[in-house]
This record gives sequence, structure tokens and C-alpha cells, in this order.
Amino acid sequence: MKQVKALVLRAAGINCDYESVHALELAGAAADRIHINRVIENTDLLKEYQILLFPGGFSYGDDVAAGKILANQIVHHLSEPLTQFLADGKLMLGICNGFQVLAKTGILPGFADDRAGNKSVTNLTEPAVSVIDNDSGKFEDRWAYLQSESEHCVFIKKGQRIYLPVAHGEGKVVTRDESVLSKLENEDHIAFRYVDADGKVGGFPVNPNGSFNSIAGLTDSTGRVLGLMPHPERFVRRTQHPHWTRLEGDSEADGMIIFNNAVEYVKKTL
Amino acid sequence: MRQWRFEISSRHGFPDVHGQMVLEDIQELGISSVKAVHFTHVFLIEAEFDGEFAQRVGEELLTDTVYQQFEIGRAPLPAGLENATVIEVHLKSGVTDPVARSVVTALQDMGVTPGSVRTARKFVMEGNISTADRDNIVKRVLANDCIEDVIFGSDAEPPSPHTEPYALKITEVPIRDLDDEQLEKLSKDMDMFLNLTEMHTIQNYYKQIGREPRDVELETIAQTWSEHCVHKTLTSSVELDHDGQKVEYKNLLKDTVFKATKDLNRDWCISVFADNAGVVEFDDDSAICFKVETHNHPSALDPYGGAATGIGGVIRDPMGTGLGAKPIANTDIFCFGEPDMELEDVPKGVLHPRRIMKGVVSGVRDYGNRMGIPTVNGAIYFDDRYIANPLVFCGNLGIMPKDKCFGQASKGDYVIVVGGRTGRDGIHGATFSSGQMTHEHEDIFSHAVQIGDAIVEKKVLDVLLQAREQNLYDAITDCGAGGLSSAVGEMGEEIGVSVDLEKVPLKYAGLNYTEIWISEAQERMVISVKPENVEKVTALFASEDVEATVIGQFTGDNQLTLKYDDKEVGQLGMEFLHSGICKPLKKAVWKTKDLSEPKLSEKDNYNDDLLAILSSYNVASKEWVIRQYDHEVQGASVVKPLVGIANDGPGDAAVIKPKFDSNKGTALACGMNPLYGDIDPYWMALSGIDEAIRNIISVGGRPDRIAILDNFCWGDCNKPETMGALVRACQACYDGAMGFEVPFISGKDSLNNEFVCDDGTEIAIPPTLLISAMTLVDDIDKCVTMDVKKPGNLLFAVGLTKNELGGSHFYKVNGKLGANVPTVDISASAQTAKRIYEAIQAGLVRSCHDCSEGGLATALAEMAFAGGFGIDADLRGLAKTDDCVETHAQLFSESNSRYVVEVEPANYDAFAKLMVNTPFGQIGEVVADKRLAISDAKQKKVIDADIDTLKEAWQKPLNW
Repeated sequence: MKQVKALVLRAAGINCDYESVHALELAGAAADRIHINRVIENTDLLKEYQILLFPGGFSYGDDVAAGKILANQIVHHLSEPLTQFLADGKLMLGICNGFQVLAKTGILPGFADDRAGNKSVTNLTEPAVSVIDNDSGKFEDRWAYLQSESEHCVFIKKGQRIYLPVAHGEGKVVTRDESVLSKLENEDHIAFRYVDADGKVGGFPVNPNGSFNSIAGLTDSTGRVLGLMPHPERFVRRTQHPHWTRLEGDSEADGMIIFNNAVEYVKKTL
Repeated sequence: MRQWRFEISSRHGFPDVHGQMVLEDIQELGISSVKAVHFTHVFLIEAEFDGEFAQRVGEELLTDTVYQQFEIGRAPLPAGLENATVIEVHLKSGVTDPVARSVVTALQDMGVTPGSVRTARKFVMEGNISTADRDNIVKRVLANDCIEDVIFGSDAEPPSPHTEPYALKITEVPIRDLDDEQLEKLSKDMDMFLNLTEMHTIQNYYKQIGREPRDVELETIAQTWSEHCVHKTLTSSVELDHDGQKVEYKNLLKDTVFKATKDLNRDWCISVFADNAGVVEFDDDSAICFKVETHNHPSALDPYGGAATGIGGVIRDPMGTGLGAKPIANTDIFCFGEPDMELEDVPKGVLHPRRIMKGVVSGVRDYGNRMGIPTVNGAIYFDDRYIANPLVFCGNLGIMPKDKCFGQASKGDYVIVVGGRTGRDGIHGATFSSGQMTHEHEDIFSHAVQIGDAIVEKKVLDVLLQAREQNLYDAITDCGAGGLSSAVGEMGEEIGVSVDLEKVPLKYAGLNYTEIWISEAQERMVISVKPENVEKVTALFASEDVEATVIGQFTGDNQLTLKYDDKEVGQLGMEFLHSGICKPLKKAVWKTKDLSEPKLSEKDNYNDDLLAILSSYNVASKEWVIRQYDHEVQGASVVKPLVGIANDGPGDAAVIKPKFDSNKGTALACGMNPLYGDIDPYWMALSGIDEAIRNIISVGGRPDRIAILDNFCWGDCNKPETMGALVRACQACYDGAMGFEVPFISGKDSLNNEFVCDDGTEIAIPPTLLISAMTLVDDIDKCVTMDVKKPGNLLFAVGLTKNELGGSHFYKVNGKLGANVPTVDISASAQTAKRIYEAIQAGLVRSCHDCSEGGLATALAEMAFAGGFGIDADLRGLAKTDDCVETHAQLFSESNSRYVVEVEPANYDAFAKLMVNTPFGQIGEVVADKRLAISDAKQKKVIDADIDTLKEAWQKPLNW
């Protein structure tokens, strides 16, 4: 069977790269941590990989806004190779800061009409969606339930409820206006919504940051880009569950679902 | 170049989170005249671009147009707000501005290199605001005049960013002919904080070598000999008068704390008290290092910056230990004044404790989180004697390969400074933190405050680990207190070193050679590199945009030589610099205090006392703080700081699993109880050791691989009574380490934590000893937490409950101190710890909680509400001493060495068998009914409360 390869993109201030590599390896991929300077020097590097993971952290200190400076760097140096990467049918996963980067480059939400006609996947003007300061005004680390909603996102099956940690100060998903929000809903872009243990949406802390429509993660029109604020790479073994000492049996760690699906998809499709 | 001004604010319909938070802080000050606050980011960019490009910069880079809008130039005041109060806060020139640096990078990505970028914060406040209120708001909420300038109104111009260039001028400071009075004056004028004997030693040195000193030499000596760097007091000879009996120590630390480590001589201790952190074995391939530092004085002046650089600094300790460790966990312990103090009661020159706490927590949060290091353990202690001297203990744990635990610079190696640039920040930090504070410190020592930039440090770390793996350097140390002077001086201590100060990269022009040499600018490390590796090292650092600059060479001449533009500006013999200081003889007095137990009549019901204890600041939930720290980054967490059914119960110790491919873990905890020190610092110190050990044992840590750290924070040890208290604590450290067989592997002290108010009254902190502990966990799958798991399970109290309410929280909430401070029967305690460990390893323990502050009743309440079940308890089962008869003593005594353990009924026999010969008793069981009910000896319910009520009382006080 072919070896699935993943590139975990490093940059100044990125700090979830090791555990992201670990999660991908558990799922059966071979993963490399590579600094963005190496990718800019040699964009052909991307051709060797089928999964591109934008890990969590504080790229460039979240200066100006979370993910903004890295997004700017990507748009000015990597737009073309990333457009090609997606055109080749490959996968992108942005976690926490990585999601913020995907939103701020314009790669997400990636509406079908934005992507029509081989247009660049990045776009800095008139962004539709952003990820901004939590309503609480501060960084918070807590666990949240997520309900998967998308029919076409390859990282997850619709209707699954998973439990993952969130850890961010800027995780509130907002849209430019109501029409963008409806479009996200109507065109199946909502990958995850924050819910309670019973699957119902609610206020804080069920929705930990005040996201519009409780949005926790978005997918693009192809379903091959996923960005989410929660951290699947932080729940890849049972003893990472916040009260694993109370749980009976050997249930799978929820975060692995996303990595397993990604690797499976690449094996089957690419 | 043209200056462009950009103003960015929230778009209509989107919340102004920053403005809202400032408004809340203003309301907390009791000021009601401010009706609303509008926040604006200001960017001032000097660059050669046109209006069209400026529009792009505004739209694509500086503004998130989904929810923000921007204005080029000054935004007009919104309609109807023409009379609003407008305030802009700018960083003082030269203060690090990380956002500006990132904007420069981003503009370069857009194809433009700007002349300069600065950022500022603008606040528009609605309401009829008096000048007095305005000034109060500026001082208390908006700005810190140590690092920021404030301008008022829409038209005022921000301060100029430009600094004057420096022209070399070598300054001599005549010392040889000075008399005693003049010597003392010189020490004071130069902020040297050296006493007359030390000044004489310096004078004699210059008489001997036949010349006058240069300013940089005196600064180097003052820094090297500072209390902060050389621990004069703890390593002094001491004459103790203990209740009239004389006891002598040749070297207090060596005769107590060090001695225990030496006497224990554990083969798993790899490096102790020698490097920047203590190093112990983790497994066959790896070692763990651990260091805890304090950053008290800077945090008093600038809580945010002080605490941020505190954590930033201690992270560099493991990075600079051996050949460098990878930081894997942070621990933070704070002491503050009580946060509800009236504003008028806060002494002049002191910030309100609530502001200090908020600032400190944010500082630690922002730096620790940005470094990607989980903050897994901590504690906060409140006492009004910390009002002017808050204590900020920051610790870091790192992991490194066992073959990289030692480094050594050699003759011919180049000195390379990597990371941040050098600025005027942090000048005199080492000497300043060694002295007493006064209400004027705010003004005089503002330059001692350092400004952190976590991302620079993260970048340095990322590359250092690669350079270490490629064996590109021979030795490494961090630039901490004393800056290059301390780092380079220590590395070259055995061989001699020559430094070209003009080569040090600067943040801005204008620094003289002395400022360059002693600046404590953050995020710098010094490495020693063989000539053949210099090119590889600089290329590797450059590949990830980190500066690495050759600034000197190790010489072999045993001299410290400082040059600027090839001219010698200073030279000192290493021998004199590092061994020339004469250690003082300290007088110490300890008089056993004449205290008595209060007579409190027995009550029918203690619900109110329990609620009062749960909602006392020291016991209350610290969730508001803990959640702001990322405690899960790196994916290593096993036992998190918050545990239980709702993830909000108080865990005893943190456990992390540092390696992805191993089930081995390390547990981390602390112990501290300054209240006991008011009775006897000896028992305070031993209680701290006992508590730290209990915490680690409670989660399943190994009792035979515990290593501990000491952090002494004390008042003015020139006062014999204060010194006496220090000696008492040191004695306990020796006895505890020997008795528990737990070596100290590292430590630090911060003395002179006293404050002189403008009316002359002195406020000294209570003697405060923090014990931090770590150990190994062989199999993390066996770890347990403190939350009760299942109705029907049995609860045992293990360890003897004694009549020891002295310094307890029960007495505190009743306004008493008492006399019967908790003691420690060390051998019994060590036995109990071992038994609990064995029971956990045998899988017999469902939950285990350390019984400490607030006693048994508090421990039971915490276990119950963390688990979401009730507890039926009966004090008749309690193993207690004969004099522990009163119900309140049984409920609330804080006797050490006790655990509450939950066991399934089927395991009763196996557990009881393991506990034979250990005082223990069944005290109750877990019940489905959500009530905590405790019956006394006569079967009367003395506590009967709903666990949600108890939890609410515990959560409410610090739920900000």
C-alpha cells in the first residue's frame, strides 16, 4: 500500500507541530515538520505530500490579529502552489491557528463560485469569514462537544458527536453579513458546531467563544479543506480525556477520527 | 519618509471586546462617570508608498474587514461624541513592540520595507469625566508609566521614535582615595547595592592593580556580587541565638539544603545546584531538568511585563542547562494581597492587588501560551502583607538527552549571542531586585522593567534544538539577570573571555558600552562555538530568521576583557570577579513564640465554617486563572490541573507524559503555607515539603524518585529575627530532605521583600518558602485523581489527625492564629506515602486526595463536588490522637501526612492489608444523594450541605 505523506507547516510561533505529526503517524501517515521558509524557497516540496496541515500556535505572536501575518505571507508567496495542491485533489487541515490562517488567506470558506474557473484559492480582499476575539475577551482552555454537520467533508461523517479541547483567545467565527452566514449553512460548509453533551446548541460555555451559529469548524466546497478551532491532535489517546480516570473501557480517542479519515481518503482516492 | 497613520476599529454591529473590557476595569475602580469606551488600534508607519498602496495596507494587512474598519489619518470622533475624552497610549521610545516588528515582516512580504513601524492604543471614552477620574483611569487601567507615554486629545503628537547615536566616551570612576562615607555614597549613587565591606574589597583591588576603575567594571562587579546572583545571605556564615542557645553555620546553604543532597548522594541526580536547572534521570535515554525562579520586584512595578519576563526567563533556564533542554511544562505560584482591598488602603506607589493579579496572570498566560509550553501546575496565596511585594514564582521543566547534560566552553571558542536584540530594558535588574522597595521605586527603577517577546524566544528554541542535535556548540547559557555580563562572565569564568561590545546587535542606537554589557533585554542566549562551526551555526539560525552574532572569543588568559571599537573599555581578573567577594557573618535570632490556643466553643453545626473556608481566597477555585493557561499544548497531559466529572475539581498534582512512545510520566506539584510561618518557620517548611510530596503521591507518583526545589522569599535578613526565621526554615529543609530521602536539586532566593511607605511604615512579607516537587510515574495508565467515582465506594482517611489547628484556615476564618502548628512525623509520613503509592499501583484506589488547607471537611467537600456525588462520613472512624477531641479539630485540623482514599468494597481487604500499622480508618462512603453529611462522635450531623451549594461557595470568589 502506498505511503500517505503529510507536511506539517512550521512558522515562527507555531507550537502544535510535534503533536500534529504524532497524530498523523498514529493514523498511518508519514509526516514531516517543515519550516515555511523551506517551502517558499522550494515550492516543489509540496508536490511530495498529499496532506498539508496548518498546526496550532501563535504564528508571529498573533500580532495584528491571529493568523494574519502568516496568512499574508502565504498569500504573497504560496498562492499558486496551494491552488495547485487543491486542484490535485489533496487535503488541507487547519487546526486552531491553522484555521485562523485558512480563514484569513481566504482558502476558507472557499465557496464554489469563488473557486470556479481555476481562480486562486487565496484572496485577501473582501474576506467572507473571520475568526475574532472570544466574547469572553480572553484565552481559554476547555473541552467542548462538537456535532459534525457536513455531508461532503472528507474528514468526518455527518452526525458524529465528538469531544475535543479548545484552547484559544480568538476563536469566534463571524461572517461579513447574514447572507454569507446563510450561504455557509445552505452550501454545506459547516463542518462542526459546538453543542452540549446531548447535541443541543447553547450559550457559553457550550459555545466557548460566541461563534455565529455555534460554528466550530468549516469546510470548503470540495470538502477537502477542513479548518476547526478545537484540537483533534490533543485527543489521540484515552488518557488525554479530561476525566479519563472516571471512564470505563477502552474507547477510541475522538481526535483520531479526523486523522484516520484523512489518511483513509488519501489511500483510497489519490 | 512619509508617516502614515492607520486607525482600526470594530465595524458597527460587531462587539468592541477591548473597549468593553476596559469599561469593566474602570467600573471596578468605582468610577461610574464613564458610559462607554471605544477602542482603536493605531499604526504609525514611515514608508515610501503612495495612497493607493496605503489603502491596500489598510485593507489587506491591518484590518480584518469582516468585522473591522480602518481610517487613514485620524478618524473623526463619532457624531455626538465631540466632547468625548480621547486618550492615546504609546510605548516609550525603545520599548520592544512585537506587533510593530511583525508588521515590518508583513510589509516586506507585500514588497515594501518601511522606515519604522509603531503601534499605539487609542481610547475614546464617553461621559462627563473629571480630570481626576481621567488621570486615575490612565494610571490604574490604561497605561503603565514605566513603559508607556500617554497623550490626551485628538491633536496631540506622539513622542518621536528616534534616538541619538552613541559616541564612545570611556568613563573612569575614582575610588582609591574615597573614605567610608564616600564609598557608601558611590554604591548608592550607582545603584550598586553593595555594603561598605564589599566596597573596601573593590577599593583594595584597584589599589593593588594601581589604577582607577572604569564604570563598566564597577557595574560588572555590582551585578556579579548582587544578592540576586551570588546569594550572599544564604551562603553566609551564621550565628544563631536559638532561645538563648548558640548554633553556628559556616555556610548556611551548604550546611543545610546542599548538605542533604550531598548526604543522600542519589545516583539518579545528574547535576544539582551547578547549572541553570537541576537535572535528574528520566529513563535510559533522557533526563529531566527543573527550575523555579522568582520575578517579584519587576512584577510589582509592571505586573504584566514582569510576570511575562518571569516565565520567559525561567524557560531559558532549562534551555540553557547542559547543552539545552526542551521545555515541557510550566508551573506558576503567586502571592498577592487580598483582591477586595479598598483602593484608599493601598499604599502610595503600589498597584491594587486585583490589578497586579490580573496583570500577572495575563503576563504568564500570554508568554507561556505563545511559547507552546503547557502551564500544568500552580497555586495562589493571598495575604495582605504581599500588598507591596507580590511574589511571582515561575518554574519550568525540560527534557533532554542524557548525553547532552553537560557543556564546556574552551579556549578559542567564539562567543555567539543568539535571539533578541539588546536595548535599554532591564538595566540594573539584578541589583535592583536585591534591594528593598520604596514608594519612589516606581520612578527610579522603571528602566529595570524588561519587555518580553515570546515569539523571538520560541524561534530561538526551535533552532537551538536543531543546533544541539547537530553538535554545533560546546556550551550554552541564558542571558538572565545581569545580561551579557552575567552570561558571558560565567561561561568564561575558568578560561577568560574578550568581548567586542559594538558587535552586539542593538534594538536602537544610543546605548553606551556599559548599557550593552549589563542590559537584561529578553530572549537572548549565549553559546560557545568552535571556529569551524561558526558558519554552520549562523546559517542555521538565519534559515529561520533568528539573529546569531559573534561578539567575542574565549581567550585562556583568565581575564574579562571588554572592548568597544577595538579600544579596551574594561578589564577584570576572573578570579577577583568570581571569588573576590567576602562572605559576611550574619546574626540570627530565633525566639520561640509565646502563643496560645484560642478557646472556641463547640457548635451543633459547622456548615458556615466549611462554606467560609471554601470561599476563602486561598482555598477557592482558581479555575478563572487555570483556564487562561494552555495546559494541554504538546499533547502530553495525563492529569490536568482541573479534574472530575465537570472538569473543574482541584487536582493535587499534574502528570505529563513527555514522550510519545513511552508510557512513563512525570508528576509535578508544590507545597507552601506561609500562615504556619507566623507560628514557626521550621514547621512551615516541613509542612511545605510534606504537602508537595503528598500531592505527588496522591496521583500515583513514585515516592523514591522525588526531587524538590526550594524558593525562599524573605524580608530584610539584616534583621536578626528575619534571619532567624530563615535559618529555622533551612534546618527544616535539611531534616525533611534527609527524612523523606528527597534531594533538593535546585533553588533560588529572593530577599529584601519589604516596602517602605511614604509615611515610613514598613511592610514585610511573611517568610515564604515554596517547595516544588517532581517525580517519575512508571505507568501513566495507573494515575488516579481526587474526584469520587462511584456511589457505594468506601472512603478512608489515612494518616493521623492531631489537634493541630494553629495557622489553619478554620482559625483564619474565625480571626485566630493559634499555637498548635501542624508538625510532621517524618518517618511515619514517608511510610504512609509508600503505602498509598503501593495501593495505587495495585489498582486499589479509585480516588485519592491530599488532606491539607481546610482539613478533612474541606477535602471531603472537594472530592464530593468534583465527582458529582455525595459523601456520608462519620468521624468515629477517624484515626486521631487522644487530644484531638473537639469536633472542629477533627473536621478542620490541618495535620500533615494525611490522605483521603476511595476504595471499592471488593478491595476493602486488600487495601486494609496494605495499610496495616499505618493509622487509618474508614470514615464513610460515596452516596448518590448529592449531599455532604458528616456526623460527629455522638452521631450528630455536624455538617450537612448540598454539594452544589458547597461548590458554588468554592467557585464564586475568584470567578472574575
